[in-house]
Amino acid sequence: MEPTSPSYAQQLAAGDTSTVAAYVKSGQPWIWLTAAAISVAFIITLSLLVLTASRGLPHFWPADLVQARYVQPGAPVVPLLAEIRSQEEVTAARLLDAGLPVDPERDLYERILLKIGNRDVGGVDFRYVIADWLIDRSTPADAVVFERLEWGNFHGFLDAVEVDGNLIGGDEAWAAYQKAQRRVDALRAQIREIEKRRIGAINYEIERIRLQRRRLELDGKSPETHASEFAALDARRREQDQKYEALRAELNALNREIRRDAVRVRTVDGQVRSIPLALLVHGYRPNQMNVLAKTGHFLGKIWEFVSAEPREANTEGGIFPAIFGTVLMVIIMSIVVTPFGILAALYLREYARQGAMTRAIRIAVNNLAGVPSIVFGMFGLGFFVYFIGGGIDRMFYPEAAPAPVFGTPGILWASLTLALLTLPVVIVATEEGLTRIPRSLREASLALGATKAETLWRVVLPMASPAMMTGLILAIARAAGEVAPLMLVGVVKLAPTLPIDGNFPFIHFERKFMHLGFHIYDVGFQSPNVEAARPLVYATSFLLVLVVVLLNVSAVMIRNRLRERYKALDH
Amino acid sequence: MESTPMSGVQPKTALAEGLDIDAMRREQARTGLADERIALEVDRLNLYYGAAQALKNISLKIAQHRVTAFIGPSGCGKSTLLRCFNRMNDLIDGCRIDGQIRLHGKNIFDRDVDVAMLRRRVGMVFQKPNPFPKSIYENVAYGMRLAGVTRKRDLDDTVEWALKGAALWDEVKDRLDDSALSLSGGQQQRLVIARAIAIQPDVILLDEPCSALDPISTLKVEELINDLKNRYTIVIVTHNMQQAARVSDYTAFMYLGDLIEYGSTDQLFTKPKQKQTEDYITGRYG
Repeated sequence: MEPTSPSYAQQLAAGDTSTVAAYVKSGQPWIWLTAAAISVAFIITLSLLVLTASRGLPHFWPADLVQARYVQPGAPVVPLLAEIRSQEEVTAARLLDAGLPVDPERDLYERILLKIGNRDVGGVDFRYVIADWLIDRSTPADAVVFERLEWGNFHGFLDAVEVDGNLIGGDEAWAAYQKAQRRVDALRAQIREIEKRRIGAINYEIERIRLQRRRLELDGKSPETHASEFAALDARRREQDQKYEALRAELNALNREIRRDAVRVRTVDGQVRSIPLALLVHGYRPNQMNVLAKTGHFLGKIWEFVSAEPREANTEGGIFPAIFGTVLMVIIMSIVVTPFGILAALYLREYARQGAMTRAIRIAVNNLAGVPSIVFGMFGLGFFVYFIGGGIDRMFYPEAAPAPVFGTPGILWASLTLALLTLPVVIVATEEGLTRIPRSLREASLALGATKAETLWRVVLPMASPAMMTGLILAIARAAGEVAPLMLVGVVKLAPTLPIDGNFPFIHFERKFMHLGFHIYDVGFQSPNVEAARPLVYATSFLLVLVVVLLNVSAVMIRNRLRERYKALDH
Repeated sequence: MESTPMSGVQPKTALAEGLDIDAMRREQARTGLADERIALEVDRLNLYYGAAQALKNISLKIAQHRVTAFIGPSGCGKSTLLRCFNRMNDLIDGCRIDGQIRLHGKNIFDRDVDVAMLRRRVGMVFQKPNPFPKSIYENVAYGMRLAGVTRKRDLDDTVEWALKGAALWDEVKDRLDDSALSLSGGQQQRLVIARAIAIQPDVILLDEPCSALDPISTLKVEELINDLKNRYTIVIVTHNMQQAARVSDYTAFMYLGDLIEYGSTDQLFTKPKQKQTEDYITGRYG
């Protein structure tokens, strides 16, 4: 054996790496490029979450109430009691344009956005002020914020509480208020229970009786010829009327009770008012709260946001109906699109003779994925709502005419439209999965005497199930964020009832529903109170992203379990 | 000598151990096909893939309860012929067959033949082990479930019997619910054989069953083939001529779609009649 010659060793040693060509050849730029791509994607996703959370969530934090005097040159002094919402630097030129007497020599002024509340007093509840002119700032301990059912928040001071005719003032006023508020909360819950559930059920039943009566009339029956049937309906109607009267009386009593107490409050500029406790939702003194109490309040507000119904043209209260509608719609869509897409893919891949026809169908399916979603909305309106829904109404609900039952936008049609929209994704993913099942496994099954259908059911479909879940995950991701087509086929600004309730048949496919995506649009663009709406837009966006993530994560977890179970062979 | 009793497969008795049973069988086989009972009969079989002809006018008889090996260089059509016996070629687009294959006298290409039923009678083991991604138990029970067996007792008994028949029972009896994919390659191949014999076919087709296995696994499978031929007619395709010589009673040599020579294994390997056969088995081409 020859000893290794020096020249041979030199050949093996790394050559000159300083040249550009050598650097490119080493693959380093390529690694950097790929790493940069994934970093950018990751950072953008993260900043999306951080931005929506940071802009939305502080809305729920109970900020201190700052008392101050606003001294704008050439204008009367205004006392203010407000939360500081944001601060920004503004050029003097812009302020001059706005008509403010600022010094044009100075470049920048600090401008503060204040939430001053008391919309019923001043007409606005947000105000921009120049920081320099806001003097004598202090945080009085007894400043109070009242959240109200109407007119937004009240900022001021509690003078006294009127409990059952007695006026309680001074130091006991706050404790008395809190006690009275708890009583009002309990009464309000009772009223709500009666109005929403029990009277709602009676109304629902009365409507059904009316429709049954109308149906009898349409069948050519009249009270003379079919006395017993009409009598039975009338008896049921009377029974419901009696129940209603009883509830009405109960409700009146409760309403009298809830209107009993009131609070005497004073605004920062000295106006004294009396607000019925029935109009108050919360009252708190932020300047006395420590961080722990504030955190508790913050979490309570967030819980209210996700669990309560909206108030005040969607600018107050919660967004529970929108979350519920979004999730329910996605679930109905998944139930429809999954079997439909899988069956279509099965035929296309397993049974159809592969040729020009299947190629054309595949191209068509892929093109379907590229059609703008609003076009699907138009199709859904024309086909599902008017054609199918109208047909169902003519055939099964003639008694409801002229009011439509299914012939109007509703959650079923919205779900079906989205199912159509996401169908290509499921078909393509399922087909992909089917092609990847090794031929050897199909042959193994066939060689044991299985028919093609048995092979599909027992071997191919279980093994392709992770791919089908991938399709479903992509479909959910697309459907949950879709808004445009929904406006045509079932989403509304405010739905009085949820699509699922306690009245038979419990799930009402024909009802209109609320949706987070549309809610964002509605609050952001249609709201009369821009400043109040802005943080809600961010908070709702944040929540929509969370809902999509949650739906996806659960689907991914199911898929991983399936993958583990049907681990593909390594050949 | 392994002494585990195997239900369903004839145990080698103490008496038999003293004698070279295989040598006796060979002796018997040398008397020729004429004295054998015939399980499969191929009659003037031609097979085309589109325009290309893969099998050319093949006629041969396969003896019952014997091992018949097909040898020949790659692409000679031996696997194609094997896949005709359970009509696996039906799955290939553009494959056309004329001629007959008779299983106990019945032409399997007749219109009234139920392919699924045919495949239950003619089992197959493929080149690479292909267990389903299910448990060991479910793999073996697969064919029975297809046949409509649902009683747990019946399934349990047959699974045990089949696994013993495939000499795998002792290795897996404590983990029947584990995934079949956790087994080694050789174990997987024996599992696949157990799966095939669980539905008690008449014929077992082995398509290069040891080509993906290590020598020790190969040895086990070969021993198994030797055991199985008491009950089943076995047809094996192999690239390995030593293997053909070791396990088979009859051997067919094929070349470019033609059946060149067919006879008892001893005769074919020791006194080949055709020049091409001799060249191939002596390694002059292939």
